[in-house]
Amino acid sequence: MTRYFTDEHEWIDVDGAQATVGITDYAQGQLGDIVFVELPAIGATVTKGGEAAVVESVKAASDVYAPVSGTVTAANDALGDDPALVNSAPEADGWFFKLTLADAGELEGLMDAAAYQAFVAAL
Amino acid sequence: MTTINQSGWRPEMGERCSDNVSTFTGNRALMLEEPLLFEIGRIDATGVDLPDTDMDDNRLGGLMRASPVDLPGLSEPETVRHYTRLSRQNYAIDLGLFPLGSCTMKHNPRLNEKMARLPGFADLHPLQPVQTTQGALAVIHELAEWLKTLTGMAAVAMSPKAGAHGELCGLLAIRAAHDAAGSDRSVILVPESAHGTNPATAAFCGYKVENIPATAEGRVDLAALMTRLGPDVAGVMITNPNTCGLFERDMKKISDAVHNAGGYVYCDGANFNAIVGRVRPGDLGIDAMHINLHKTFSTPHGGGGPGSGPVVLSAALAPFAPLPFVEKQGDHFVLIEEETAEDHHAETFGRMVAFHGQMGMFTRALTYILSHGADGLRQVAEDAVLNANYVLRSLDDVLVAPFGASGPCMHEALFSDDGFAEGFSTIDLAKGLIDEGYHPMTVYFPLVVHGAMLMEPTETESKAALDQYIGAVRSLAERARVGDPALKAAPIFAPRRRLDETLAARKPVLNWQPPVDAMAAE
Repeated sequence: MTRYFTDEHEWIDVDGAQATVGITDYAQGQLGDIVFVELPAIGATVTKGGEAAVVESVKAASDVYAPVSGTVTAANDALGDDPALVNSAPEADGWFFKLTLADAGELEGLMDAAAYQAFVAAL
Repeated sequence: MTTINQSGWRPEMGERCSDNVSTFTGNRALMLEEPLLFEIGRIDATGVDLPDTDMDDNRLGGLMRASPVDLPGLSEPETVRHYTRLSRQNYAIDLGLFPLGSCTMKHNPRLNEKMARLPGFADLHPLQPVQTTQGALAVIHELAEWLKTLTGMAAVAMSPKAGAHGELCGLLAIRAAHDAAGSDRSVILVPESAHGTNPATAAFCGYKVENIPATAEGRVDLAALMTRLGPDVAGVMITNPNTCGLFERDMKKISDAVHNAGGYVYCDGANFNAIVGRVRPGDLGIDAMHINLHKTFSTPHGGGGPGSGPVVLSAALAPFAPLPFVEKQGDHFVLIEEETAEDHHAETFGRMVAFHGQMGMFTRALTYILSHGADGLRQVAEDAVLNANYVLRSLDDVLVAPFGASGPCMHEALFSDDGFAEGFSTIDLAKGLIDEGYHPMTVYFPLVVHGAMLMEPTETESKAALDQYIGAVRSLAERARVGDPALKAAPIFAPRRRLDETLAARKPVLNWQPPVDAMAAE
């Protein structure tokens, strides 16, 4: 399993054609206390860079973009009852949705952990 | 030194306000606790005395309530006290400086109120025959003429009820113009520095919203906008002056480019106070702009009264203006409505409200305009900008002003929370301002600035009032920079201490629940 990062502060774990998407620890820190998450419907198709979910904190509502194109296969229902999971475990239990990749080639150009760390350090 | 107050508190007497001291009632002298109506009202009490009625013969067809409604009753003095006590926990422009950015919380002259209360205006019914409402229609017509003159625009729709409603009016007019031309353009461009309601309005009208980035100096990225323009773009929505408090200097170039690409320009006029009497939006190529009468023209708002958002329209959009509107025919005024629009206003996109708009706000706004005159309105803008720049330059050594180098600001000064101690943020300074006796500024908006603090003093404030406010913010900024732990506890002097906003959003309690101890006692 390989983890990639986007410059919009999403992470994506890829295992073959299956992937899991969430927002990074840096993103949750910037947003502050998360109070609501709107997830895509199972079966929905998302396109790379397009809006896929909405995350709302006490400060602001922000779009979460799909790191790659694909079809949504699961959404993290636990976030409905406990949106604080995004704050406490953004890169584990606080995942947003899972999808089947439409084109693995789209992963090229995403950052690895080291590159993302450098990207955040420069912000 | 002579001690004037011989019988009052003196420092040697020790702390005068301590959390350990409590009162039997929970009140603290003039700071009064007030329960909810449901907690003090009684089913058997009432403030009115109605004659007994014989209800044997009603026309409810057996649908009469079988059980009491259980609404709480109070006597008239209890009711008056309830609301008066609550009002004392409120903050208002009549109590002090209200620096809420992009809200233009200015003084509402009392002359406005006197005029709005004249029975000829206040007691009108919207369905009265127009022969009996000529004076009111004359007020609407004269105000409309002023708004067209001040903006350099061809027409004005008076009926929209507030800013976002005005945006809707403008976009519906743009949509109607495209529909009339047989065009199905689907995209509205919205810069990052625009008001948050803009993308919501465009989406509500069925448009796809695309963001245009801001430049490092806080203005619309003209090159990015030009690149994006094309046959699918219906128009752009720009706030000018924008929410970074800056004038969009490229406005004319933006308008020309949008027009050349076949689109229309909507301008969010919420910040018109900075340029009224100085700049005519029509000269900048704007096609539609709402004017918040309740901001620029002083009618009360922010809990004090309804909004009113007339929309000025360019010649290109004027044919699509909504109904109804007032027209002068000879020496009398008529209302153009559905029945009378056919002959010369057939392209109207329709009606937005049941009647004619906010009459009380029209009367107040026209009073404000006439009592200031053209020169006075120009000075309003000049003083508002002067005050904002005074705030900006008096604080930019203790707070970071991200666009401080972009030249003078317009009506509002923008700061970030950069430089605060670890763990301290904008919210701490805002809560501290409550203890200092001020309503906090706009916080965390615009989003382009980290921990944004947006302050709009308006022309209402004197230099002395500004100096006191600046002193309070400076002291709080210094406490936030060194990480004073006491600031994290603010507000400590407000009727309620710092509330848990996160819990309130995650687990909102949306209807009244009986107090727990009262239930246990039953």
